Amino acid sequence: MITVRIPTPLRTVTGGQSEVQVEGSTVSEMIEKLAEVHPGIKERLYDERGEVRRFINIYVNEEDIRFLTGKDTPLKDGDEVSIVPAIAGGG
Amino acid sequence: MTDFTDEQIQRYSRHIILPEVGGKGQKKLRQAKVLIIGAGGLGSPAALYLTAAGIGTLGLVDGDVVDLSNLQRQVLHTTDRIGAPKVESGRQLLEALNPDVNLVLYPEHVGAPNILDLLADYDLVLDGSDNFSTRFLVNDACYFAKKTLISGSIFRFEGQLLTIKPHAGYPCYRCLYPEPPPAGLVPNCQEAGVLGVLAGTIGILQANEAIKEILGIGESLARHLLLYDALDMSFRKVARPKDPACPLCGTSPTITTIQDTLVSCSLQTQP
Repeated sequence: MITVRIPTPLRTVTGGQSEVQVEGSTVSEMIEKLAEVHPGIKERLYDERGEVRRFINIYVNEEDIRFLTGKDTPLKDGDEVSIVPAIAGGG
Repeated sequence: MTDFTDEQIQRYSRHIILPEVGGKGQKKLRQAKVLIIGAGGLGSPAALYLTAAGIGTLGLVDGDVVDLSNLQRQVLHTTDRIGAPKVESGRQLLEALNPDVNLVLYPEHVGAPNILDLLADYDLVLDGSDNFSTRFLVNDACYFAKKTLISGSIFRFEGQLLTIKPHAGYPCYRCLYPEPPPAGLVPNCQEAGVLGVLAGTIGILQANEAIKEILGIGESLARHLLLYDALDMSFRKVARPKDPACPLCGTSPTITTIQDTLVSCSLQTQP
């Protein structure tokens, strides 16, 4: 099982859950499985070309997948995935 | 130490007694010139602690006036100063706290036309702005002007913090987030809601990292992004590599001038 940390703005599609457990041997497979349980999440993460949006980072444990092998980054049991969108508040 | 007055030695005694700071470090703080962008939720606590710490010159940029809805988190301001320019309201508290600090006020909005002039006289910049346009602009301008930038941002119960110094070989903000979200995809207005205390937590951490950069002590946040969750009460650091494909500081940059990025506000609750 992979533990996925869901950021506040995406919790509307996970029924308020901040952490979900899901299977998957790569990041893209994990997102597909996640979308089966939480419809709508894929559209939030991917742009129209099916790539991870450029203001959202996905970390496997503490590494950004853009600097690993992107959506093909392999996952193993016990990995922790974090979805981190840019936030801009400060006022 | 000789050029500190007895009163200053007493004022900064809890710093001076720290081996990591000492008289030498306190002098570095006095020589430092720090610009704070935004006298709001993040800028307020950062300005208070940097003023208390005896930063030599503190610039404060904000074109807004104090609004009643600011007071839940913007601790520089008070009820009787509603309607006053934020930088002027801030001055009253900061001058009363520490008259040693040379405060410079800029009651203006930040944009491509004025950003480089604003940065010119400063060594270090704190971004406490409330929108993506300003954040990308400030990042780009600090890159071109070779200024260290401490960026803090908040949303509801979550905060992010990073130190940006590409001029020293570290990643920039665009290495982390290459582009701002398209209009309508991310809520970035204060109307999305924010826990007041969260602004204090992240703003104070920005002041902490600024002081570390000035003193050259501890571990810089230049290679990491700090993620804070006020509900879980968790702090996590994730790796933040330099991106060779970065449009600003990469090997073939596509951004070569300062430009405003237009990102409009939206209340839709999507990334």
